Amino acid sequence: MSTEVRKNSQIFQDSNNTYYPEDETQISSIVKELFKKNQPAEVVGLGSKIFIGNKIQSAKKLSLSKLSGIIEYLPEELYIKVKANTPVELIEKELEKNNQELAFEPIDFGFIENGKSNKGTIAGCLSCNFAGSRRFKVGSVRDHILGFRGVNGKGDIIKSGGTVVKNVTGYDLSKLVSGSFGTLVALSEITLKVLPKKKSSNTITIHTEDKKLVNDLFEKISSSSSEVSGAIYVPEEPKDDSYNQNKEMIFKFNDLKFQGSFLALRIEGDKLSIEERIKVLTNELELKNLNTSILDVHQSVPLWKKINNLELFGNTKNNLLRAVIPPSKGNELIQKIGNKFKYYIDWCGSLYWIEVHSNKNSKIAEIKKLIIELGGYLTIVKKSNEFDYEETTFTIDETRLLISEKIKKSFDPKRIFNPGKMYRGI
Amino acid sequence: MTELALPKIDKKTLDKKDYIFKSLAKLINPEYVLSHKDEIKPYETDGLSAYKQTPLAVVMPENTKEVSSILKFCHEENIKVVPRGAGTGLSGGALPLQDAVLLSLGKFNKILEIDFENKCVVTQPGVTNLGLTHAVQHKGFYYAPDPSSQLACSIGGNVAENSGGVHSLKYGTTTNNILGVEMVMMDGTICRIGGKTLDQEGYDLMGLICGSEGLLGVITEVTAKILKKPQVVKAALIGFPTIEEGANATSEIISNGIIPAGMEIMDKALIEATDNFSKAGYPRDAELLLIVEVDGTESEVDVLLKDVSSICKKNNCSSLKLSQNERERLSFWSGRKSAFPACGAMAPDYYCMDGVIPRGKLAEALLEIKRLSEKYNLPVANCFHAGDGNLHPLIMYNGADKEQFRKTEEFGAEILKACVRLGGVITGEHGVGVEKRELMCEMFNDTDIQQQLDIKTSLDEKNLLNPGKVYPILRKCAEEGRVHVHRGEEKFPDLPRF
Repeated sequence: MSTEVRKNSQIFQDSNNTYYPEDETQISSIVKELFKKNQPAEVVGLGSKIFIGNKIQSAKKLSLSKLSGIIEYLPEELYIKVKANTPVELIEKELEKNNQELAFEPIDFGFIENGKSNKGTIAGCLSCNFAGSRRFKVGSVRDHILGFRGVNGKGDIIKSGGTVVKNVTGYDLSKLVSGSFGTLVALSEITLKVLPKKKSSNTITIHTEDKKLVNDLFEKISSSSSEVSGAIYVPEEPKDDSYNQNKEMIFKFNDLKFQGSFLALRIEGDKLSIEERIKVLTNELELKNLNTSILDVHQSVPLWKKINNLELFGNTKNNLLRAVIPPSKGNELIQKIGNKFKYYIDWCGSLYWIEVHSNKNSKIAEIKKLIIELGGYLTIVKKSNEFDYEETTFTIDETRLLISEKIKKSFDPKRIFNPGKMYRGI
Repeated sequence: MTELALPKIDKKTLDKKDYIFKSLAKLINPEYVLSHKDEIKPYETDGLSAYKQTPLAVVMPENTKEVSSILKFCHEENIKVVPRGAGTGLSGGALPLQDAVLLSLGKFNKILEIDFENKCVVTQPGVTNLGLTHAVQHKGFYYAPDPSSQLACSIGGNVAENSGGVHSLKYGTTTNNILGVEMVMMDGTICRIGGKTLDQEGYDLMGLICGSEGLLGVITEVTAKILKKPQVVKAALIGFPTIEEGANATSEIISNGIIPAGMEIMDKALIEATDNFSKAGYPRDAELLLIVEVDGTESEVDVLLKDVSSICKKNNCSSLKLSQNERERLSFWSGRKSAFPACGAMAPDYYCMDGVIPRGKLAEALLEIKRLSEKYNLPVANCFHAGDGNLHPLIMYNGADKEQFRKTEEFGAEILKACVRLGGVITGEHGVGVEKRELMCEMFNDTDIQQQLDIKTSLDEKNLLNPGKVYPILRKCAEEGRVHVHRGEEKFPDLPRF
């Protein structure tokens, strides 16, 4: 052990072989040491999404939980710079003071893990790059990262990007780090783009069992200029007690007929423009012929929060899959899986959350094959305890895997960070 | 002419010139391998015409397989390759090298599929930016990023430079508006990234490729997202008696929760120049002119413009006009869009810079530019994408006067350094290319640059694809000095630049 690390080792390392660096210089010293000794480490924040990804074989842990706090927040410049492991909740509270928000709607994965809220840290959110319901309108997590600082697998402190939205100075490493599940850089600082919060929100719900109509409506919604900022479909079929119990419990709103399937679309803005948009959409979607209701702001906001936080699958002990497809393939997908698995559709027909019972693990491979055939990709976000095969968490083809291996090597040649978490060899 | 530092010329390549021509002619239609000096002359330069280099040969493959076989051959034979789209770039990213094959994507000019159901267009990279919008506008759709050269610049080049435009604050740049690409790596490997789905799994290779200036791969197909045109678009034209008041108003607009579709600023020098040139009817007594464009529903747009008006009045604006119809809205833009040619009419040459600053530092930046203008005794006019902090100072000079030319360059570099000091960056949308290579060290230290070079090496281990661009040639930041000189003639005088 080098003198520097030995000197600090009591601060850094607890009895579980977990290091707790307090700043990027300390991260750098630890990683240099791990590099020298060829010792891989699992990079963790608050652990809220630790169940996502393949299991890691490493004796050491690198907890970045002490790197927390807001560094600089300039509302008029539309950015906030934070230490990488700042809790998302803290950032949201700070932004709320200025009527601003993270427009990509961070997902609270705590609900599917154990039924309790745990939004985790912003570094975790970035590392997974899973955006909420507003994705199809405002972009993903990666579209809101302006820059970062961190330590690569050799222990070098590196940075990329800045605090401005327009920036083509060098490779855009912020994008590369987003969705890398901590396999490239141990992040120390993140700058995020923030946006003004919309003044109000209304939701139109359309009650229908007709899946073809649902996909037609999604198509019309995405062709509309009415800036719909959320569009989901929650089906009733297949009948399943726990799912329907969840539904009844979380969708108790005055104007929502929760028994039965429904499509919901969100319109945000000031009161006048919401009214105007609802009028336009009523025409465009021919709503007069359908069974609809409108949720006011007090019902609309909690509905989307519950949807966004996957509360429909709260506390699930089963496998939870996240499939993204070209929206035009919706009918085909529903036809094949719709009556067999519990699911709901988000992102205006692009994103499917599918629950696969723990006694049907073998079906996952079939669904994955189907999704790839449809031109999409599939992630196993949560695995049941009985899940017994490895290396299938993510989808990738051979050429991209080869390129990804090369990129991994350029950041982390000895595979110190989260080896195998995404793919074998990465 | 140029004294630009370029990668060392590989004599071995020059010695086997004839073998290379013959081999390339076997890989693609021999008519599309150009090697005669008259044939390759048009390719000597891109939009930054101050730098000229004669390429070894120009090849114009017609499909991805041909691109792959050319790159594979060059990789095996250790021959450098410079990819080129429409050649409109302003930072010399497509500048040829004497010992490099120039790979033109000019034949990749077809739109392959218009998919309204999935809201995307699959296109070859040589199709122009505006060509995408033209292909879908009959159904009320458009492609959002709108660089000023959109009439001529290609979508492949847009990916390479991560091009933005006037509306990027609200609608993002190229990286936020494409879904997938097909790309050929330097060793000939063909790779598909993304597709018709939102996001992708694994490392965000598309995010890496966007803005990589042709150093990591050659784009052969792009899947671009299309959007429905907004219901109503209106604009306001506002004059301010001082720079500070105008700058404060722009900051206040944003901090009041308004995200305009476009927000542009021009200083007094440019107001006069453009008004003389295009007779746009701008308020000539103003020190600063602000154009704010908003879109949405009718009532939303009216409410936003009312808010913008009251913020501007609070900040003592001297004139305020709201567009009453589409014709008037376009007339507000006409002067702004003629900013570059208007400067061209005022001086033999002009040099366009492309820095970015935090919006709140606008007044400070403009005052610094004014001070530098006096120091160098060179007139400057400023336009500014105020929405996203992208500043385009236009330095006017006479390229025939070598000393003045040297001073112009120093002036430009000082502006960009000031941008970094104010918390900004050295390029917002024109790219680093060869023009701003050494200024990279203003933003990044050796370790940062080394990480980027490691990525480059991991995907192109022989450093054959577009070498000498983006990164300082002499590796260590301190070793790179200002060694180049250029002349400011405009290669595409007809293109609006803003």
